[in-house]
Amino acid sequence: MKRTVPLIIAATTGFVLIVAYFIPYTETWGETAMAWFNIIAAVAFVLGGFNLMKNQLQKISDRRPGWGYAAVTLLSFVITLFIGLAKVGVTPSTTYPEHPWAGSYDQEGAAFWWLYEYLFLPLSATMFAMLAFYIASAAFRAFRAKNVEAVILLITAFIVLLGRTYAGIWLTSWVDPLAARFESPVVSQFIVGLRLDRMTETIMNVFNLAGMRAITIGIALGVASTSLKVLLGVDRSYLGSGED
Amino acid sequence: MFEFFRDLDRRWVFLAMLLAVAVPILAGARFPEEPSQMVRSVFHAIDNLPEGSRVLMALDYDPASEGELHPMAAAFTRQCALKNHKMYFMTLWPPGPVMIQKQINMLQREFPDYEYGIDYVNMGFRPGYEGPIKLIVTDLKRAISADVHGTSLDQIPLTRDLKNIQQMDMIINVSAGYPGAKEWVLYAATPYGIPTVAGTTGVQSPLLMPYIPNQLTGMLGAIKAAAEYEQMLIDEYPQLKDNRQAQEALRRMGPQLVAHVFLIVLILIGNTIFFIERRRSR
Repeated sequence: MKRTVPLIIAATTGFVLIVAYFIPYTETWGETAMAWFNIIAAVAFVLGGFNLMKNQLQKISDRRPGWGYAAVTLLSFVITLFIGLAKVGVTPSTTYPEHPWAGSYDQEGAAFWWLYEYLFLPLSATMFAMLAFYIASAAFRAFRAKNVEAVILLITAFIVLLGRTYAGIWLTSWVDPLAARFESPVVSQFIVGLRLDRMTETIMNVFNLAGMRAITIGIALGVASTSLKVLLGVDRSYLGSGED
Repeated sequence: MFEFFRDLDRRWVFLAMLLAVAVPILAGARFPEEPSQMVRSVFHAIDNLPEGSRVLMALDYDPASEGELHPMAAAFTRQCALKNHKMYFMTLWPPGPVMIQKQINMLQREFPDYEYGIDYVNMGFRPGYEGPIKLIVTDLKRAISADVHGTSLDQIPLTRDLKNIQQMDMIINVSAGYPGAKEWVLYAATPYGIPTVAGTTGVQSPLLMPYIPNQLTGMLGAIKAAAEYEQMLIDEYPQLKDNRQAQEALRRMGPQLVAHVFLIVLILIGNTIFFIERRRSR
């Protein structure tokens, strides 16, 4: 029962959405299914919050390695949630001045805005920016021309790295005057194509595009077969192990 | 010298990368940009819309990718405002409302005549990944009943008569991943034929190339395309020439150039060490 009901719900919703796509009469059925899905997705945020608290509390009480980080996560979560829900520092909205809680939780200058602007934003940006340092270190230590494939990858990387900046245009600025010397448009166009920025475009529009199309079609076929397995109840892994 | 580079502590590499990025920023290094064909097609797709067209601005990114995507989102917003397009902002990412607010702050600062509810509306964040797209494409108000201020969409002049996003003249999506440009293409642009352009991170752009030009009119990939777009915007609308905010991506190309050259130098040094060591071991 614990697994059968979710299975029936998933299969019914899936088939309704497929039917709604092909039969106009059933379009509203699909809309209703999607409206339910959106409501459940919103409720999932609450569920996710409880799950996060449960996991972090367990980690702290068991004194598992890294429990200190769990404490920081839990504390940050609770403080942010409280400040957001209580609308700390929010001034009443001008539309509804008689209701003190009518102001927006993320109003500029309010505590939630402050947390976002001076903690979440710089921390997120820092995490992403740190990639530049790791890429530099990895490029120095691991990017080796060990075989033909690696050499091709290296050359492509050099072309794209230079072609995506002004360096590419500057380094191959001699190409255009050279191309102008040839009367044949075919030869001239070929020589212009040797500009690093043009070569980057060619790599993206020809080689990358061909590869990506093949991958995309492959993924689409895989998704279709997996979806069918889920709808028919053959693949039940999304329901979890059912142990807890 | 060989031993120095072979045993180089990675902290020196980190320091050098910091300088490679910081020095061009502090020096204000700028380089000329020549818009590519792709950038031109995106620009003209928006510019050729009749004045006052309805444009859905879907900003699906967070602070982690703001450095790369904010300039193109700002450029799109500016261009739409200059063309008097009606803008409908929304996001599928929880941190997205702040990204939208930044565009609205810019509109209020640079286009004071642009009026909320008449010229633009903020429909905020909707959970459910691609779920809201599937719903708003046929019935907008079933998924979004009110704007971020809690005002019913039926009371806002811009959304009062709007049934679904099929009535949009264009979807402009700036995205950093899932849900993002791919989902807008799969569930809105392709089945209902809504013209769509996208602005994406450098990592994401190769994945979207197969959708161009049929399902996706065009795409700006990474900060380089954003810089080219800003250059094109300045060339077409000279009033932006003295607006420093409208040249954020152009300023970021300085550090990008030095960082890329530095990466190439590192790869060359690393490979030189590799080949010398290999020869010695023989």
